[in-house]
Amino acid sequence: MKMKAATAALIALMAAPAMVAAGADDDTLIINEEITMTTKAPAPAHLSDALDEVMSGWHFRSDGTQAMQMDDFDNPGMIGVEAGLEAWNTAEGSEGKSCASCHGDAESMAGIKAVYPKYNAEAGEVRTLQMQMNACRTERMGAEAWKYDKGDAINMEALLASVSRGMPVNVAIDGPAAATWEMGKELYYTRTGQLDLSCASCHEQNYGNMIRADHLSQGQINGFPVYRLKNTKLNGVHSRFKGCVRDTRAATYKPGSAEFVALELYVASRGNGLSVEGPSVRN
Amino acid sequence: MRGFKFTLAAALVCAGAASADIVAPADVVFTDGVAVAASLTGAAGNPAEGAKIVGSKKLGNCVACHAVSALADIPFHGEVGPMLDGVGDRWTEAELRGILVNSKNMFEGTVMPAYYKVDGFNRPGNAYTGKPAEGPLDPLLSAQQIEDVIAFLASLKE
Ligand code: HEC
Ligand code: HEC
Repeated sequence: MKMKAATAALIALMAAPAMVAAGADDDTLIINEEITMTTKAPAPAHLSDALDEVMSGWHFRSDGTQAMQMDDFDNPGMIGVEAGLEAWNTAEGSEGKSCASCHGDAESMAGIKAVYPKYNAEAGEVRTLQMQMNACRTERMGAEAWKYDKGDAINMEALLASVSRGMPVNVAIDGPAAATWEMGKELYYTRTGQLDLSCASCHEQNYGNMIRADHLSQGQINGFPVYRLKNTKLNGVHSRFKGCVRDTRAATYKPGSAEFVALELYVASRGNGLSVEGPSVRN
Repeated sequence: MRGFKFTLAAALVCAGAASADIVAPADVVFTDGVAVAASLTGAAGNPAEGAKIVGSKKLGNCVACHAVSALADIPFHGEVGPMLDGVGDRWTEAELRGILVNSKNMFEGTVMPAYYKVDGFNRPGNAYTGKPAEGPLDPLLSAQQIEDVIAFLASLKE
């Protein structure tokens, strides 16, 4: 009996320092021994009241999970990139065109992911990358829109992210995007559900802390789409948002909804300065 | 038929009488705005049951945010809130009850959920389904569960 109590005390002691050290680590993310990622950056000006530094979710994952992202052969998300590349070159729809017919190589898209969501003047709306892809599909190719955050759309987003890897996220938040950005900011700080928590409750006030078995990150989206070991597939930003809102015991918004588009712009802007990392690997 | 109806009515009255001792979420009385003096069930709780509720993911899931040495056999204690060791010394039972019923009275703006509150939420869901709640919400813990948790917390002395 005494012995048991002593063991428990020892476990508690051993657990304590590990928890204290559980903030973001100081590792460096270099992909394929070639692309050095900016995974920590000074907080963008609009965020300077709340945070000094912004950090990729990569810093909050275990060494094993981190390593999977450092080499494309070990990164299961690259399978989605390959599927995306095939779709890029495949003609579809009534116009008999592929993405490549208009845009050439996928590499010509380098830098695009970094600036999305982005205001589209012609449409008069802020568009996510998936909305833009679907505009091309329906208006230029005569093909059906892909379902929001589903396989085809996510694979293409993974391809477009991969050709921008290492470039700094730099979404515009002023001018015609400002109203959408404000709406997203409002959603970020609004508590929801019976647990009455906002995004900020977990990802601004408590990043670095453990919540049960989960190590809370800043909830950045520079690494999306994200291959999650938990569900063994690539996940979209809106699906992740939906899961987090659900976990506050709230009625969620839908992937592709105006609310999540606005929230995506706002959360993306919290990562301005971090490298585009997708497809990344998380647990 | 008549007899049956009568029995049913009598049974309902009896059930009403039994739950009359339970203080409903809307009727909880706070003293000084933060403490709740009277037991929500009219009786003392069971600390062993309370320990289970604090540790269980399905029930209180308090260890999601708080570490508790007395529950060291349960893996993964969180660090969002303070360690609960010694809370029985730091707070009276009435204060602990107040913190559990609605922590925001004691700690303004806290991230700790209110465990005995059923209204005033934004987009309340049907548990963790992501769908809208159907009908009135149940509190996160029942009156009995709250009292059991308080009995457990009160036993956590340094
Ligand atoms: C109850 C706590 C909680 C709340 C509230 C919450 N999240 Fe999360 N979130 C988590 C946990 C736990 C994880 C997984 C660990 C991590 O990456 O932080 C996570 C992960 C994420 C990720 C993935 C980060 C990555 O690098 O893969 C994003 C993005 C995110 N959350 C955004 C949000 C947004 C936006 C909101 C509000 C709509 C929100 N979260 C609300 C707990 C929460
Ligand atoms: C989402 C996180 C979260 C959950 C879940 C949670 N708490 Fe808390 N709790 C906190 C925080 C944070 C504080 C500190 C108050 C503050 O500054 O916000 C706190 C404070 C307390 C205190 C006062 C502690 C002290 O040292 O003074 C008690 C007692 C307490 N909580 C009990 C519980 C119990 C019992 C449960 C479950 C039925 C629970 N908490 C669930 C976050 C949480």
